[in-house]
Amino acid sequence: MRIVNLKVNGVGKTFIARPETTLLLALREQLGLTGAKRGCAQGACGSCTVLLEGEPVVSCLVPAVTVDGADIATVEGLADGPALSHVQQAFLDGFATQCGFCTPGMIMSAEALLDRNPDPTRDEVNEAISGNVCRCTGYEPIVSAILDAAVRRREGAKL
Amino acid sequence: MTLLRGRGYASVNYPTGMNLGGDPSQALIHATTMGGFVISLSSVDLGQGLKTVVAQCAAETLGMPMENVIVDTADTDTGPHCMGTFASRGTHRIGNAVIMAAREAREVMLAVAADELEVDAGDLETDGTGFVRLKGSPATEIHIQDITLAAHFKQGKTISGRGIFLKERNYPVPETGEMDPDSCQAHACTVAEVEVDDETGIVTVLSLHNAYEIGRALNPAMAAQQVEGGGWMGVSHAVFESTEPYYPASRDHGPVDFCEYLMPGPAEIPVQSSVILERPASNGPFGAKGIGEMTANAPIPAIANAIFDACGVRLTTMPFTPESILRGLDALRA
Ligand code: FES
Ligand code: FES
Repeated sequence: MRIVNLKVNGVGKTFIARPETTLLLALREQLGLTGAKRGCAQGACGSCTVLLEGEPVVSCLVPAVTVDGADIATVEGLADGPALSHVQQAFLDGFATQCGFCTPGMIMSAEALLDRNPDPTRDEVNEAISGNVCRCTGYEPIVSAILDAAVRRREGAKL
Repeated sequence: MTLLRGRGYASVNYPTGMNLGGDPSQALIHATTMGGFVISLSSVDLGQGLKTVVAQCAAETLGMPMENVIVDTADTDTGPHCMGTFASRGTHRIGNAVIMAAREAREVMLAVAADELEVDAGDLETDGTGFVRLKGSPATEIHIQDITLAAHFKQGKTISGRGIFLKERNYPVPETGEMDPDSCQAHACTVAEVEVDDETGIVTVLSLHNAYEIGRALNPAMAAQQVEGGGWMGVSHAVFESTEPYYPASRDHGPVDFCEYLMPGPAEIPVQSSVILERPASNGPFGAKGIGEMTANAPIPAIANAIFDACGVRLTTMPFTPESILRGLDALRA
């Protein structure tokens, strides 16, 4: 058991973690942030994707005690009040979600991609979400929404 | 190495719902004091959009906005009976049950409003924004919140309704085999375009073009997504999802994760185009038929036919793996 401090979506959080407590479990069960989903719990589906120091990670494979002091971003931190992030709004407008289980992970992978590459090609989008499994949509609306979000971000940034 | 292109076509007729022991679903609806309408169901929304579609059916029938409808699903201990969401039956069966329940609730709602407005219920209409008003004299109106308050606190009435859709049990006539197993059938066809690599045996599905006759698309955006999401599943069944080499060679274990049990990712998806045709079914909710499961069907034989067109290999066992393509090509050359 160890005390772990995290900065989650900009807010300091402290909790007690067992050695086997994953970041995903800590977020969901100790911090009440259930946006990241537990799909496979073995790193294969991406539904638990969050950003660790800005990089997308599958939080089901990250022991919480190993990231003491880290900066974590989850889907809950994206919206500014009622104003959704560009990626979220593009997902909504482009109907890029069906059952929604993959959506928080997809969105976090997309945010990370657009943070480092504001003008990605379709292939780069495909690669960025290649670790995120979707069983419903057939991916096309998701890829299109991410490309659309990239445009919105660039135009938003210009204003 | 040559990349061989081919095109194939397949069609599907798909029954909505099932029969045998009979196929019922029930719905209950009641108004809250705040003017909302709660639909109680035992049917699950597992991502197919059932909640949205039944809320649309209820709102349309009640003449109230969608925002006033609350769908409460999936407690089979306490909810009204439902056979389940399978057999592409949800929209058809549950939609019909909800419409029937909403009609009954609407009658009570109009009767309460008529008492408040001191007019005849037969002269009332809904405006779709939350008001019940006198036909031809829209200034004589009352809001649903005032109707439910009056029902609960003045008139002592429950604004509610009961609905059921039952497809009755039906057995085949032994002499002729004739029977009536389903309520309606949706129809579709898909044209697939593929590329076959004659050296590696890899099949790439380039495009799927789908045409679906689905009665009525209650929610066109969701219907289109069902068709294309199902198209993706068809591609996945056709050329990806294999249990080999684990099963059936060894029955002890199969693929355990998505690294061993492959499905197409975003880089392997075909271009899709879809056309929805509407020929309303007389027994469907606002004419709708079910298109849940059929969307993964037509792509598979269409891809098999496209492979045959591309390289002459006729495959009848899914998935159409590189190995089966190469064995087929060898057999042709032999
Ligand atoms: S739950 Fe973490 S990758 Fe599936
Ligand atoms: S929307 Fe259902 S898994 Fe992606």
